[in-house]
Amino acid sequence: MPVLRKLLPKVSLASTLGLALLLVSCASESGGLQSQKIDLIKGRGKLICGVDGKLPGFSFVGSDGAYSGLDVDVCKAVAASLLGDPAKVDYRDLNSSERFAALASGEVDMLSRNTTATLTRDAAGGNALSFAPTTFYDGQGVMVAASSGVKSLKDLAGKPICVESGTTTELNLADRMRELKATYTPLKFQTGDQTYAAYLQGRCLAVTSDRSQLAAKRTSFPDPSAHLLLGEVLSKEPLTPATTNADPVWSDAVRWSVYALMQAEELGITKANVAAKLAQAKANPNQADLRRFLGVEGDFGKTLGLPADFVVKEIAAVGNYGEVFDRNVGPGSKLKLDRGLNRQWSQGGLIYSPPFR
Amino acid sequence: MPRVTPTSLRKELFANPLDGLVSVLLITGLAAVGYRLLHWALTQAQWAVIQANSTLFAVGRYPIEQQWRLWLLVALLVAATGLSWGVLRGLPLRDRPITALWPRNDRIGAIVLVALGSWAPAALGLTLSIQVRWWGLTGLLLLMRWLAGRYGSRLGKAATRALPLVWPLLYLVGMVLIGGGLGLVPVGTNEWGGLLLTLVEASFAILLSAPLGVLLALGRRSSLPLLRWGSVLYIEFIRGAPLITLLFLGQNILGFLLPGGLAPDRIWRAAWILTFFSAAYLAEAVRSGLAAVPRGQLEAARSLGLSLPQALAQVVLPQALRIALPATVGQFISLLQDTTLLSLIGLLDLLGTARSVMANPLFLGKSAEVYLTLAVLFWCCCAALGLGSRALERRLNPPSLGR
Amino acid sequence: MAGRLSASPPWWQNRRLVPWLVQAAVGLVLVVVIAFLLGNLVRNLSAAGLLLSWRWLGQPASFDIAESLLPFSASDPYWRGLLAGLVNTLRVVGLGFVGSTLLGTLVGSASFSSNGLVKRLARIYVEVIRNIPLLLQLVFWYFVVFLALPNGAAAIQLPGIVLAKSGLFLPGFEGGLHWTGPSLVDGVWQAPLRFTPEFGALLTGLVVYTAAFIAEVVRGGIAAVPKGQWEAATSLGLGPLLSLRRIIIPQALRVIVPGLNTQYISLAKNSSLAVACGYTDLYSVAETSLNQTGRAIEVIVILLAAYLAIDLVISLVMNGLNRLVQIKER
Repeated sequence: MPVLRKLLPKVSLASTLGLALLLVSCASESGGLQSQKIDLIKGRGKLICGVDGKLPGFSFVGSDGAYSGLDVDVCKAVAASLLGDPAKVDYRDLNSSERFAALASGEVDMLSRNTTATLTRDAAGGNALSFAPTTFYDGQGVMVAASSGVKSLKDLAGKPICVESGTTTELNLADRMRELKATYTPLKFQTGDQTYAAYLQGRCLAVTSDRSQLAAKRTSFPDPSAHLLLGEVLSKEPLTPATTNADPVWSDAVRWSVYALMQAEELGITKANVAAKLAQAKANPNQADLRRFLGVEGDFGKTLGLPADFVVKEIAAVGNYGEVFDRNVGPGSKLKLDRGLNRQWSQGGLIYSPPFR
Repeated sequence: MPRVTPTSLRKELFANPLDGLVSVLLITGLAAVGYRLLHWALTQAQWAVIQANSTLFAVGRYPIEQQWRLWLLVALLVAATGLSWGVLRGLPLRDRPITALWPRNDRIGAIVLVALGSWAPAALGLTLSIQVRWWGLTGLLLLMRWLAGRYGSRLGKAATRALPLVWPLLYLVGMVLIGGGLGLVPVGTNEWGGLLLTLVEASFAILLSAPLGVLLALGRRSSLPLLRWGSVLYIEFIRGAPLITLLFLGQNILGFLLPGGLAPDRIWRAAWILTFFSAAYLAEAVRSGLAAVPRGQLEAARSLGLSLPQALAQVVLPQALRIALPATVGQFISLLQDTTLLSLIGLLDLLGTARSVMANPLFLGKSAEVYLTLAVLFWCCCAALGLGSRALERRLNPPSLGR
Repeated sequence: MAGRLSASPPWWQNRRLVPWLVQAAVGLVLVVVIAFLLGNLVRNLSAAGLLLSWRWLGQPASFDIAESLLPFSASDPYWRGLLAGLVNTLRVVGLGFVGSTLLGTLVGSASFSSNGLVKRLARIYVEVIRNIPLLLQLVFWYFVVFLALPNGAAAIQLPGIVLAKSGLFLPGFEGGLHWTGPSLVDGVWQAPLRFTPEFGALLTGLVVYTAAFIAEVVRGGIAAVPKGQWEAATSLGLGPLLSLRRIIIPQALRVIVPGLNTQYISLAKNSSLAVACGYTDLYSVAETSLNQTGRAIEVIVILLAAYLAIDLVISLVMNGLNRLVQIKER
């Protein structure tokens, strides 16, 4: 049959694909791969950090082409602690649906991309991530136009809601609406800018995301006062930097680099006084806590695979957690977010570093 | 081109009552649309978004102090374009001899270029020093065109033949200028963006997919079953999959297929995927060219004592590629257009840059201006490629092959 | 060495040996490369704890899909979500075939109009559309055209048809045999038949783009019919319509149908750009699933297999059609 002959290439392609698939499926588990991520980064001389890149306050590229924001400062802190220089970072803008694959395939060394820590993302049988300490405790909110008359989530039944695809917010929205037994139309977009563009153009009645993100975006709207956040908080959103499960040494290094920012705030070490504190620690053999923390004595750095003075380098580069917060999303920024849950534990917040000991 | 006179106009538009009615309706409709568009473009549109971000659109986050390298590259490209234009013009046509140094179409082209070169930079509100650079570039283009047209015929056949090699050579020079090395400060790929990235990706894929496509086409027509089936499987696999899934595969899975750290970075990964994608389509274009060359040609060449590679390279391929030229350039044009898909995998190509510019609070809701500008830009690039290919085609086809 | 024994020709010119050597070399290279890649794949996947498994397909997807012909809710499993995505893809592809064929034929035959303006417009349409990237056209249709439509009472209203930001509303039968048109309830349009702007933008973009290519195919097909055929038909006393139907179209179709096959396949593949304008097609669901499960390989295999199957079906149908229109030797 001539038809069959014409289609033969396509049919044989299909069967080859099937065969290849079978082969991969049957392949047995073989030995684990011990990736020496830290060596790789040192050899490369640059940390590759996955960020959002389009979210004011967290990671944003200014007109001068420079990155700034809380997430970006975490990247800088890790680069400073490992490589001694906060400028040795390559940023990769990742959208929400490609971020985990980029991390898993080793394209980025770490994610600092307003990512919510969840069980599935952490679990070895899920996305197999390894989460660092949470850098921003957030909750999911809903923003509507003030003129829409929408007062609560219930009012959104049957209405279109804009959401970024591949996020936990997408799933939480589905859950909450299911609890309310309300149908709705989820309009999903690949990137945040498309999501907000569709919302601003009036395609959806509401847009849902992390409350901090909504607040950040609202400041950039033509008329911020025309939009309001509903009082309901749909979920817990602990935004957390992440690495993969594959290299526990590297994960620990990132984890403690982040803790160091928090511990520094607790100890009152700032970008401005870190040099003085270091001199003080060196001069006073009795201030054991400070000496250990700043790497004057003990070998915290070495046990983590980091230089001994990683904390000093970090704080000198970006300041402590409080400074990072204030500068990017707090009073020192356009966003003017309240510290809220992100206060130190001693002030009733959730920021709590385990002891450096 | 026929001259437009009142009589011809009447014959074309109002030959019979029905035509007249259709013409009147169309003219009214076009006038209304044209008026509204013009009205919007001149009074309502805010072109500040293009003016303020012109550097971002052109080169992305490429460091400012290194941008002289790009200017140098543009100057080299412009010179090469002028040279090729002039030499191509000087080649004899099959249906008529060379008439003048500046034929009518060239005069129109030159006038358009001069107008564009002097108006566009000013309209974009660029600084005077940059405006002057654009004037210089326009002048350089016309100068090279004139020189090549005037003295090109004295170059001799060998030089004319070597001319196409200027382009791959220029590509290598360009990559050094863009990326650094050889004493230049390196500029990382993540700082390339905008039109620069689009052109780098497209030219890389065009240059590499051409030989790959020829090999695949030969493989598909080979009498060796392994080669044939290998090529067939490859070509059908690529042609059966949407480009976006392949790019997705490149971004998400290539890292798993290669040992850690060996995978090229995302810019080059995307460039390779574009290359492999384009090669399959080019192979089909070349195959149709090969099919149009009579089998006797190969047999005759072999019987003259040429080896198979010799026969293919000297007898069959030149004919086949000449026939496949329009389809090949068509594939290059669609490749250039396909680079926009890079924005879907998070790269900051021209469209990706546009999307990030529109996320900037200052320029929210200016999508019509941005997209229209991009459309015009792409249209010009693609139309220029098509124009060039048609000119080339008319000069390459010897009379015996003329259809 | 066989070559040395027979004195001439040397072994590298042996017409039987060389092909086998070439094949063996190519085969060896292929096997080594594939083994290398697969080995890495298995090693890297097991290191990441992501060895192939298809169990996730049966787990609840826990995301919603905005518009779907298949009833789908967040508690349905992933495979159903992917199926709903596939159905959405097929829906836009099917309507795209019809729309682009109609528009393409119109534009293609317009290049033979006796009216110079019509002829030139058809040319301009093809030249403009073909030289602008489809993705750019799609985002343009969605963000610039469809989202700029007025909403609510200000919507564009024709008898029985309403075009608003929330979609295109068409009349239809509702609740048995009630012919109902669109109506405004609480500032929201409702109608028996509704197309969302996401679907509308995607379909419009695909149709307008593909039609430019189909127009070229149609133009080529008509041009391939010798002028003498027209003259012969007219001299036989056939009217223009009849000669078109009985003489010209059957001949033109022989050239057109194979060309259409290519265009239809590329339309089907291009429909995967739906993500750019917010329409939930197969690719979009697959991407979301990948994100929720981390199963990159499985998802990409499903995607490739699905598009390959669509490709195959189109080729099958078009080949059948081609056999119908080719010259039958009787």
